[in-house]
Parts: sequence; C-alpha cells; structure tokens
Amino acid sequence: MSETTHAVAHEAHNPNLQHHFYDMEQQKDASSLGMWLFLITEIMFFGGMFAAYLVYRHMYYDAFAAGSTSLNIYYGGINTGVLIFSSLTMAMAVHSAALGKQKLLVFFLLVTLGLGCVFLGIKAIEYHDKFVEHHIPGEHFSFTDMEMPNGKMVEVRVDQGQAQLFFSLYFALTGMHAIHMVVGAGLLTTLIIMSLRGKFNAGYFTPVENIGLYWHFVDIVWIFLFPLLYLIHRIHNV
Amino acid sequence: MWFNVPLFPERASTLANQVDYLYFFIVLNTVFFSAIVFSVAALFAMKYRRSKHPKAEQIHGSMILEIGWSVLPFMIAMVMFAWGAVVFFDYSRPPANAMEIYGIGKQWMWKFEHVEGQREINQLHVPVGRDVRIILTSQDVIHDFAVPAFRLKGDVIPGRYTSVWFRATQTGTYRLFCDQYCGTLHAGMVGDVTVMDPAAYQEWLSGSGQGSLSQQGEKLFIQLGCVTCHRSDIQGRGPVLAGVFGSQVHLADGRTVTADESYIRESIMFSSAKIVAGFPNIMPSFQGQISEDGLIQLISYIKSLKPQPGAPANAPAAPGAKPPGK
Amino acid sequence: MATTPTYPKEHYLNHDFGIKSWLLTKDHKRIGILYLLSITLFFFVGGFFAVLIRLNLLTPDGALVTADTYNKLFTMHGIMMVFFFLVPSIPATLGNFVLPLALGAKDVAFPKINLLSWYIFVAGGAMTLWAVMTGGVDTGWTFYVPFSTSYAQSNVILAAMGIFVAGFSSILTGLNFIVTIHRMRAPGLTWFRLPLFVWATYATALIQVLGTPVIAITLLLVGLERGLHIGVFDPKWGGDPVLFQHMFWFYSHPAVYIMILPGMGVMSELISTFSRKPVFGYKFVAFSSLAIAVFGFIVWAHHLFVAGISVYSAMVFSFLSFAVAIPSAIKTFNWTATLYKGAISFRTPMLYAFGFLGLFTIGGLTGLFMAALGTDIHIHDTYFVIAHFHYIMVGGMVMAYIGGLHYWWPKISGRMYPEPWGKLSALIIFLGFNLTFFPQFILGYLGMPRRYHTYPPEWQVLHVLSSAGASILGVGYLLPMIYLLWSLKYGEVAGDNPWGATGLEWQTASPPPAHNFVEMPVVNEEAYDYSKEREAAFV
Repeated sequence: MSETTHAVAHEAHNPNLQHHFYDMEQQKDASSLGMWLFLITEIMFFGGMFAAYLVYRHMYYDAFAAGSTSLNIYYGGINTGVLIFSSLTMAMAVHSAALGKQKLLVFFLLVTLGLGCVFLGIKAIEYHDKFVEHHIPGEHFSFTDMEMPNGKMVEVRVDQGQAQLFFSLYFALTGMHAIHMVVGAGLLTTLIIMSLRGKFNAGYFTPVENIGLYWHFVDIVWIFLFPLLYLIHRIHNV
Repeated sequence: MWFNVPLFPERASTLANQVDYLYFFIVLNTVFFSAIVFSVAALFAMKYRRSKHPKAEQIHGSMILEIGWSVLPFMIAMVMFAWGAVVFFDYSRPPANAMEIYGIGKQWMWKFEHVEGQREINQLHVPVGRDVRIILTSQDVIHDFAVPAFRLKGDVIPGRYTSVWFRATQTGTYRLFCDQYCGTLHAGMVGDVTVMDPAAYQEWLSGSGQGSLSQQGEKLFIQLGCVTCHRSDIQGRGPVLAGVFGSQVHLADGRTVTADESYIRESIMFSSAKIVAGFPNIMPSFQGQISEDGLIQLISYIKSLKPQPGAPANAPAAPGAKPPGK
Repeated sequence: MATTPTYPKEHYLNHDFGIKSWLLTKDHKRIGILYLLSITLFFFVGGFFAVLIRLNLLTPDGALVTADTYNKLFTMHGIMMVFFFLVPSIPATLGNFVLPLALGAKDVAFPKINLLSWYIFVAGGAMTLWAVMTGGVDTGWTFYVPFSTSYAQSNVILAAMGIFVAGFSSILTGLNFIVTIHRMRAPGLTWFRLPLFVWATYATALIQVLGTPVIAITLLLVGLERGLHIGVFDPKWGGDPVLFQHMFWFYSHPAVYIMILPGMGVMSELISTFSRKPVFGYKFVAFSSLAIAVFGFIVWAHHLFVAGISVYSAMVFSFLSFAVAIPSAIKTFNWTATLYKGAISFRTPMLYAFGFLGLFTIGGLTGLFMAALGTDIHIHDTYFVIAHFHYIMVGGMVMAYIGGLHYWWPKISGRMYPEPWGKLSALIIFLGFNLTFFPQFILGYLGMPRRYHTYPPEWQVLHVLSSAGASILGVGYLLPMIYLLWSLKYGEVAGDNPWGATGLEWQTASPPPAHNFVEMPVVNEEAYDYSKEREAAFV
C-alpha cells in the first residue's frame, strides 16, 4: 500500500470500487478472505453433524451398515461424478472470466447450473424412493427390508431406533447439503444475469471467483458425504 | 439469628476430608494472589497518582517478570491439578467389596432399593464406616445425586447406569439434593441420607417382607420367559448367564465388552445392539415391558448367578447354528 | 496551552436525517448505535428476570412465583443475558463503532453485511422475545436433553430457533471484523502497532466464526428431535444424552471467552490511557488473547466432569482447563504492572478498570476450584459456579463494557458525561455487585444447588444479603442510562481527544465525520506512545 497520505476526494477509479475501500486490490483481497472465512464456518457447521454421525456409526455399527447398504450406490455414484464435473465447469467459468470472454463465461455458468440441477433431481428421486420404502424417520418409519444393487429385496433385522438414527443423520446431512446446493444454484443464476449484463471483465470478476469457491466447497462436502454414508462397510453379499 | 449463619458444611465422609483439604489449598492460593494484585494495584494507585507523580515513565515490559509470573502460577496450577486428579481417581474407583444399593431418579423423587429388599423413597439409610456404592439410573431425564455433607455428586442418566461411592464417617442425617435441573419440581427432589451404627442398620434392614432384590429378580426372570432361552445348561438358544456379570463377552461383530450393569440393561432393552458371538439374533426387545425397578431386580438376580464348575459361560447353542453373516 | 474543545459542524449524526437513514445505514458508527439500543433493551429484559429471581429467593419457601414460573425466569434470564446481551455487547457496539476508526479505515470490510448482521440479530431477538411472552421456556439456557427434547412443555423450539438465528449475526460480525483487521489497516499500522483492543476483538472474532456454527447445528438437532421424534439424543430412541452436552459445550465454553476477551481489550485501553504509559508486556498481552481463544476450544468437557465421562478424559480436560487460566493471569499481572510509575487519574472509566481488575481476579481464581477435579465434584451445579461466572461476566465484562462506554462516549456523542455521577454509579455498582455475589460462594460450598426456587431455611440470611445486593446493583445500572441520555443534550463539549489518548480514533473529530477521516492517517509510531506531551482536557 502507498506510503503517502491520500485524499479521499474522487479521482478516476474502477466503477466497481466500493467507497470504503482504498483500491481494487484491497477490495479483492478483502472479498476473497471473507469468502474463505465463511467457508471455514461452514466446515464447523457440517463438522458438528459429521461428529454425531461418526460417534453413532461406531456405537451402532450393524444398523448403520445396513442403512448404508440400503442407499442406492448408482445414484450416489452418478451424483458424485456430476458434482465433480460441475466443479470443473465452474473452474472453466472463472478462467473464462479472467480472460474476459463473456460468452464462454455464461456458457460454463449455465452448464454448472445445469449439472447442479441434475444433482438435485437425482437426489429428489432418491428421497422419493426412501419415502416409498418407508425409510424416512417419523411415524411411518419401518426399516425391515431393502433393495440391493442387483435388484433383490432382502430382509433386514436391526434395531429400529438405531436405524432411524442412521436415516435421520442421512437426511440431515444430505438435506443440509441440498439446501446449500439450492443456494448455490441461486448464486449461479445471479452470476449468469450479471454476466449477461456485462458486469464482469478481465479487471473485475471477483464475485465469479468467490462463488466458484463456494461451489467447490459444496462439492467437497459431498465428496466426504458419499463415502461416509454410502460406501463404508457396505454389506456386499447377504 | 445471624450468628447462626452457616458458613461451612459438615464433613461426614472420607471423601469430604479429601475434598476439603484441596479446597483449603486453593482458597489459600486465591487469597494469596488476590491480595497481591489488590495491594500492589492499590499501592501503585496511591503512589503514582497524577497529583503526586505527573510524569509517567514509558516502560515497555520485562522478560524476567513475564517468565516469572507465567511459570510460578503454572507450577501452582499443576499442583492443584495433580491433587485434584488424585482425589477424583479415588472418587471414581469404588472399592471392590463395597456394598451396593440401587437408586432410581425420576421426576421428582428418589427411589432406593437395598439388595436385601428394603425400599425407600427420598430416604437413604446406610451404615457408618462401610464402603457403600449407589448404582443409579434415571427413569426419565438427567438428574444428579448430590450429598453436600459427603462432598459427593454424580449425574443420573436415563438409559444407563452410573455409580457413586462413599464411606460415611459419622452418624447423622444429611441432606440429599438433585443437582441437575430436571423440570418443575427439581427443587422438590430432595431427601435425607441417614447414617446409622452398623447394629442399628442391620435392625432397620430386617424390616422388609419382600425378599431380596435378586429373589424378586428370579421371579421376574421366570415370569417374563427369560429362562426358556437362557437355561442353566448349554441347550438354550441364548447364552448361559451364570458367571456372565463382570466377565469379558465376545460379540458377533468382533468386539469384546465387559458385562456390566449397562450391558445387561442394553441386552434386555435393545437386544439386537450387541449379539454374543455364536448366537443368532433372535432375542426380543423388552422395551416398554419392564420398569427400571424390574430391570434392577433382574440385574441383581443375574449378578447372583455364579458359574457352574466346568461349564463354559458363553458356548454356542446347538451345533450347526450359523453365526450371523456380514 | 489548552484549546477549548469544539463540536464539529458536520458529523455522522447529522450527515443524514430520518428513520430510513438509520434503518438502511451502512455506516458502522450508526450500526454500532443500533446495536447499543437493542442490547440495552435485552439487558433490561434479562435484568428484570434476575430481579424476580432474587425477590423469590428472599424466602426459603420461594412463594413469590410458582415452580414452573421460576424455572422459566432463570432460563430466560440466562438466554437473554448470554445470547442477546453479553455475546454481542462489546463487539457489536464498541467494536463496530471503534474498530474502523482505530484502524484508520473508512468502514468495516463489508458494510452491507454489517447491517444485515443487525437485522438478523433483531430477528433472532424478536423470535426469542416472542417465545418468552407466549409462555416462556423452562429448560435452562443449557437445553439439556432429554428434558428439552421430550419432556419440557414450553416454547423450546421457538427459543432455540431464535438463538439459532442470532448466532448467524455473531458469525457475520466476526467474519467482518477479521477481514477488516487483516485488510483495512492504515499505512504503517503493522500488527504490533495495533491497540490491544483490536487484538482482543480479533481473538473474539475467531471464536465467533469457528464456534457459533456448532451451537447452530446442535440446536437444530434439538429442534428436529423435539419436532420429529428422531432419536439423536433421547435414549428412549437409542440416542445419547451426553453427546448433546459435548456438542453444546463445544460452543458454549468458547462462548464464555467471547464474553470476556473484548472486556480485556477495553481494560488495556483504559489502563494505558489513564496511566499515560504503554500497557506493560504488549506482546504478551496480545498473544495471551490468541492463546485464550485457542485453548478455549479444548476445555469444554470440564462441564461434564460428573456426567460420567472417563477418568482419563476428565484428567486431560482438567489439565487443559488449568492451562487456559495462565494467559488470563498473565494479562492481569501486566495490567497491574502498567500502573507502575504511571501518572494515574481516577476518572470514571479508570474506576471501572480498577473494579474489573479486582473482580476479574477473584472470578478467574475461583475458576480453579472447578478446574480441579476433586473440588469440582462438590461444587458442580451449585451456587459456587453461579458466583464464579457472575464475577467474571458481571464483575468483569459488564464493568468493562460500562467503562468502555464512558471512555468512548465523548467520541460517539461529542459530549462528556457528568463525572460525579459517573463515579457515584461506579461505586454503587461495585458495592452492590460484591454484596450480591460474594455470599453465593459460601452458599455454593454449603451445597445450595443451582436452579432451585426453594432452599433449606438455615441458608436464608445469605440469600437475603444477595438479594439486597441485587437491588443496589440494579440502581447502579439505571443511573448511567439516565445521565448518559442527559449528556447528549447537556454534556460538556468533548473535543477530538478529551483524554489525550493515543489511538487513531482520537485523531478525528468527536463525533467523527461520516467517512471517519478527512485525510487517511499514516502511522509511524508505536502503540501507546505517550512519550510526547499530549493535551488532555478531561484527565
């Protein structure tokens, strides 16, 4: 930063400079740090639920293993691929913005948004299946059988209270994640509109970068959720 | 009236002595450091007040002082820590042959059940000079069993057993409180612990007509049908229970656990939680069918079952019974 | 060469008029005042409940209110005071107002988020007040399960959600402050030239940002369990009630450091200004703030010593709890040493600083009784604990808050408060406080349990002393309300720097212009450089 005193009087500056900042570099640094800090708070938020999940998985091993097995590994796997690919398209969007290529930026944002919607759609199908199978916690919960990957229905004999706990945590974790995805979709839509209006250029694309960070974070949370919920100690043959 | 203001609680247990000595040490420390800070601050305030000392000297610090007043308090703190840990260790390890009394906390009263069958509500009679262990559980929310004269307390938690132990050192009646907020009449969940001479205690004990806890437990064991699977030979579908209490149990998922009161309770109420290796997962859950009192009676009974000579405690049932797959 | 203090013609208060200019402001100074108004309201609501509690405890039969009402009173006193007064207090009022000025910045990093923070806070407060007024909550501010999830017959979910919402206000304020301190310091203002109030605010913000999300998720799970009967915590459905305690205290212990660190920051400012010399051991005090924030996160299970955790984990947490006391001790000794060879004046803020010094020392030292496992067995959940934390939070934090308010009042309003009334109130508060809470140490060791509305009759004298003290304390708190408001119109004009203090906030007018500084300051001296002669009209 400059060593000399600097009058606050107006002079030529980037129209995107907010007036409490001294220059664009300070504004960009501040925005970036702000987003990183926010993501750290999100880690603490999800972390609490992860901790509860890990504690109970240890205590109620059998019920949780059965619960994991009852989740559809194909849907989960496809969703994982979809999200990872959407992180790639998001990174491409940021890259396009840095190069000042507006059309490409809008294109990649749209693809990312589309992939996010695919994720949410598959999630909706999964939730619907759970509803039909009576695996949703509450009055009608009944975890007595489940569909295996090869289509066979098998009987399950685990403690219902513990199984309900697994599914509660499953819905709490994936539900919270889905809410974050919906917020992300809203943010992407805002970015698309702003890009179409020509708000971004090679000198200023901080919101694209920061929302990109947010999107990557939501992706990383899923990358932890998928193995923890769907994969570990899955029962392969019954 | 006001010279009768109590300032310090009576001391009526061995734990009370230990706690009080530690307490006095920490009080001494508190008074000492407070006195230093107060007197030095007061001294400086007087000596260096602006009217007398108008020009402040720009002092920035002193490494020696910083080290000194970090290290010395830390060392004193470590003494307190170690001393406190020793007392706590003692508090947490009941002596092996302590006599046992069961206690149930429920909104908003205490129920105590002596092994010999005596039952009390909001009263607890114990002999002086003997190690007593109270095995506690809650029927609803978390409570806390607290006897200030013993300097003793321990949380009482639903769904599991906790315990506290003490050795009373003088006869008398001492207040019992619930020390964990538990709802409307939390402040009403109080009682008395009466410490008696051993002879008087024995006499008091013989007043019950119900039979001992384990005798009542045996009746329940038969009445609920437990005996059909948990036979005393290895022909039953469930493990033999003689000698199981306190032993190491090998579970189907590979873990080994100690069969304490909580394990027995869990096996009755959430039977599929821990399946013994070599046995099928067929025990029904008795949740909702047995009260906490009933559970205590059953546990008392199972504790009383000594292993028969020659018979392994947890052998698998019929040959050919498959262990549950994974 | 005394110049008469002048009142600036244009400043942030007359920069813009009308309700919209306040409710839609992005000026951190106005937002600080909005917070000041809201938390004062919550303070008096929580204080009102405290008055009723102490009135009820005048007699052993506790006949003033019913048991259920009493349970609601202490619950709501705790919730209001912890979440809606103490946690925001210094950071959201004095921090918001002073921080950008002290850094030489025009505002915080994210002014719109700052305003959003206030609205979120008010929304959470409104939800909780609504819960209070439509039947109340009776779970204790600690919401222990399974009572709160399955047995309480009160507005648990509403209150929990109010706190959940207010938590986001805390997170956003903390986030804003961290970015501001990192990125918006004036040229030349390096980290070790920062006022210690900024260091303390920074450490507090770290805790706010990292700890608050955990209470959010914990309360959310409580709400889900209560609403949908899933068994996260209730053993009836396979849950673990002690897990709740771990999750709850994982935030709530660091929260108590949120509730004292800013007060310590104010202490540093007051002691140095009114001794006219730098804080002794600047770097030690700065690093102690960070140490308290870090260690504060790893001691939570000392609230669970008698809840059935293993002996070994209890020993680890006991050790760490002693360790966390050391940085506070270091600070206390450094403040005392700052007085050495100073030029001490006893203006109202300094009286509050002396009060803090004494009361925080007692409060902090009495924490050791609980860190030590052996004594904790006896005093856990008794009045000893209540006395300990009130010495720190009321004797410490609230005194620092009031002291800081008086210290920066001239900067905020451009006017001085009436000094004799200031001194009188400080004295009344100090005496009232000690009379209220010292007897509670004795009651606690005698075995008086917390949250009891009745008690053994032989303890009545101690309770009467405590209640008498509370009435005096109440008067002490009302007086500043009155005379500070009076001073807005009739107080003496303060001028830029009535205390002759170092710190960038004193290099601009009182009240400051809307954009804080006419020319951006450049810093080329160390913190607390009182070596040159400074004019100080009011010291």
